[in-house]
Amino acid sequence: MKPVSANITDAVGQATIVSGSHRGLLDKIFLGLSIRNYLGQLLTNPVNWILGLILAIGIPLLCQRYLFGLQAITHGSQDYPWGILLGFGLFGMVPLSASGFLLSTTVEIFRRDDFLPIERLALLNGLLGYFFAVVFLLVDLGMPWRLTYPMVVSFGPAAVLFLVAWHVATYLSVQIAEMLPAVSEWADWPGLKRFIKKITLGLTIAGIILSTLHQGALGALFCYAPAKIHPLWIAPEFQWLHFFVSSIFAGLCMVIVVSWLVKHTMTWRCDRRYLSTLDGITLGLAKGAALAMITYLVIKLVAVAHDQEWLLLISGWGLYYLLELGLGTVVPLVIFAYGVRHSRVTMVRWGALLAVAGIVWNRLNTVLICYNYRLHQEIPYWKELWVVLTVLGFYFIVYRFILYRIPVLFRWRQ
Amino acid sequence: MRAKISRRTLLKGLVAAMASTISMAPSRKSSAHDFQGYETNRGVLVDVSRCVGCRSCEVACSREHGLAPPPGLVDNYRLLDQQQQGMRRTDQNAFTVVNRHESPLLTHPLFKKTQCNHCLEPACLTACFVNAYTKTPEGAVIYDADVCVGCRTCMVACPFSIPAFKYDSAFAPQIMKCNFCFDTRLSRGRPPACVEACPMEALTFGYRNDLLRVARKRIRDTPGRYEKAVYGEFEAGGTSWLYISPVPFEQAGFDIHVPRQPILNYVKDFLAVVPMVLTIWPGLFAGIYLLARANKTHKNTNDHEDVSDETSER
Ligand code: SF4
Ligand code: SF4
Repeated sequence: MKPVSANITDAVGQATIVSGSHRGLLDKIFLGLSIRNYLGQLLTNPVNWILGLILAIGIPLLCQRYLFGLQAITHGSQDYPWGILLGFGLFGMVPLSASGFLLSTTVEIFRRDDFLPIERLALLNGLLGYFFAVVFLLVDLGMPWRLTYPMVVSFGPAAVLFLVAWHVATYLSVQIAEMLPAVSEWADWPGLKRFIKKITLGLTIAGIILSTLHQGALGALFCYAPAKIHPLWIAPEFQWLHFFVSSIFAGLCMVIVVSWLVKHTMTWRCDRRYLSTLDGITLGLAKGAALAMITYLVIKLVAVAHDQEWLLLISGWGLYYLLELGLGTVVPLVIFAYGVRHSRVTMVRWGALLAVAGIVWNRLNTVLICYNYRLHQEIPYWKELWVVLTVLGFYFIVYRFILYRIPVLFRWRQ
Repeated sequence: MRAKISRRTLLKGLVAAMASTISMAPSRKSSAHDFQGYETNRGVLVDVSRCVGCRSCEVACSREHGLAPPPGLVDNYRLLDQQQQGMRRTDQNAFTVVNRHESPLLTHPLFKKTQCNHCLEPACLTACFVNAYTKTPEGAVIYDADVCVGCRTCMVACPFSIPAFKYDSAFAPQIMKCNFCFDTRLSRGRPPACVEACPMEALTFGYRNDLLRVARKRIRDTPGRYEKAVYGEFEAGGTSWLYISPVPFEQAGFDIHVPRQPILNYVKDFLAVVPMVLTIWPGLFAGIYLLARANKTHKNTNDHEDVSDETSER
C-alpha cells in the first residue's frame, strides 16, 4: 500500500507543478502515471482484489436478473414487494446522502465558511448516494426501461411516489450542477464555474426544498400501509417528519464517517487545509447532528404518545423498537455530547458510524422487518444480498475514482 | 445598504408566500369531499355460510383469464387441509383463491373466497405514480400494463394484499390481479366468471347499493345465522365486494385490521405539507442568507484576512 500511494503522491506532486499549463487529459485520468504503472498500482492494492471478487460473482448475477427476471435473484415475494434492494438501496442510501444539501446550506446560506473544506465532499457524497439509489432502482424496478414514465408518459400526480420521482430527478440535476465547479477546475473550463457561481444561491435553496420534500416523501410512502407495518414504526401524521429529521443527522454522520475514512486511506490526496481543519469540522458536524437527534427523539416520543402506544413498548416488538432507538440514536447522541465537550474526535467518529448503521437499520425495519409483522418474516435470498454488495462495489469504485482526481479534498492550484 | 433593501423585498416575498399558502388552505378543505362511489357501481355479495369450498370459482377464473389451472383440484380437500399451515393468497397464477378456516363456534369448517375487492377509493390506484389503475363507472378497478413501471407500490398499498407481481418475467413483467372480468363481461353488464360458476349461490352479483340491502335483509331475516355486519361496507372506505359471515370476521379469515377510512386519508397529511414547503422555504432561507451575509461583511471589514481570502476564492 505505502509505496503505491507514495508513488502516486510523487506523480501528483510533479503534476501539480505543471498544472495550469497543458496537462493532458490522459495525465489527469491516470494521475500522471504511465498506463502501465497505473494498472500495476491497481493490481497491487488488496482492496481491489476484494472488489474484484464481489464483482466477479455480482456481475453474472446482474445478468441473470436482466435475462430471467427478478425471480432469479430474489425470493419474488408477493407479501414483501420491497426487499433489501430497495430497503437498503433507496430507503437507506437517500438519507445518508442528505449531506449535500445540509453542507451547502451551512456554507452558502448560513455562511459558515469554517465548513468550507468539507463542502465538496458532502456534495459529492450526496450526488453519488442519489445516483446509486437510482441504480438500485434500476435493478429492482420490474420494468427499468420505463424509469422516465412518470416524467413523460403517464402521470399520477396525487401519488407520493410521483413526488419522489420528480424530486429525486430534479435534485440529481441540481447536485450535478453543484459539483460542476469542481469538474470545471479539473477540466479547465473556467466559464462553467463562473456561471454556476452565479446561480449557487438558487441551486442551494432548490436543494433544501427538494430534499425536505423527498426525504419526507420517502417516509410518507409508508403511510400507504398504515395497518401492515407495526404501529411503533408507522405514525401517519409524523412519518414524513421522522424521515426528514433523521435524514439530517444521517447525512451529517455519513460525512463524518466518509471524511474520516478518506483522511486515513487517501491522505496523499488531501491538502493541508483539509487535514488541519477536519477535526474541528467533525466536532462541529457532530454538534449539528446531536441537535437533530434530540429533535428526532422528541418527535418519536410524540408519535408514541399521540397514538397511545405506551403499552406496545413493553411487548417484544417494543423492546426491539427501544433497542433500535437506543443503539441507533441515543448511544451516538451520548457519545457526541461527551465527545464534543471533551474534544474526543475519534470517539465522535465511531459514534457517527453507529448512527449511520442505526439509520439503515431503521429503514430496513420499516421496509422489511416490521412490515407485514403479522405474517412470516422475509429473509433475503443470498443473491439479492450479493447484488446489493455489487452495486455498493460500483459505488465505492466511482467514489474513489472521483476523489482521486477532481478537486474535492484539495484545492486546485492555478 | 444593499442588504437592507433586499431584506425588505424579501420580507414582501415572505408575506406573499404566506398569504398564498393561507389562501390555499380553505380551497383545499372544500374540495375534500366524501367520495361515495358511482351509483352504477356493481359488486358481489359473498355469503361465507353458503360456500362449500369446491373451488369452481377458481377454475372458472383461471379459464377466463388464461391462467394455469389451480393446483390440487383432484384432491381438493387435502389442499384445503394444507392451508391450515399457511393460507394461499392471490398470486401471479391465481386471481382468486379459496381458503379453509376453522371457527371454534362451528363444528364444520368455513371457506372464504379472496380476490380484489374493487374498492370505492382504491389504495392501489392512489398509490400508483403512473396512473396505471382506473376505477370504471361499473365499479371495476382495472390495470394498464402498458404504463406500469413495476415499482410495486400498489402491492404495498393494497390493504387486502391483492396485487401480485410476475417476478419470473424479465421482459414483460406486470401486476396480476382480478379485474372483475371487465373486458369480457362486466363492461357488457354480465356477472364475472366466478359468480356464474358457483353452484351454491354463495356469490350474488348486482348493484352495490342493492347488495347492501340484500345483505342486511338476510341478516335480519335469519336471526342468529349471521354476524350483524357487512364486511366491505366501510373497510378501506368501502369495497364493491361485500361479505356476510356466520362467525366473527377474524375467525373466517378476514383481516379486521384494515382501516375503515380510505388509505388515501393517511397520506393527506403529507400531501398538505408540500405546498407549504414550496412557498415558505424559499423566502425563509433567502432571508437567512441575507442576514448571514450582512453579518459576514460586517465581520470582514473588521479584520479576518483569512475569511475574506476564502470568500474571494469562491
Ligand atoms: S382490493 Fe386492493 S387491489 Fe383491489 S381495488 Fe382495493 S386496493 Fe386495489
Ligand atoms: S407496480 Fe405498476 S401499477 Fe403498481 S404502483 Fe408501480 S407503476 Fe403503478
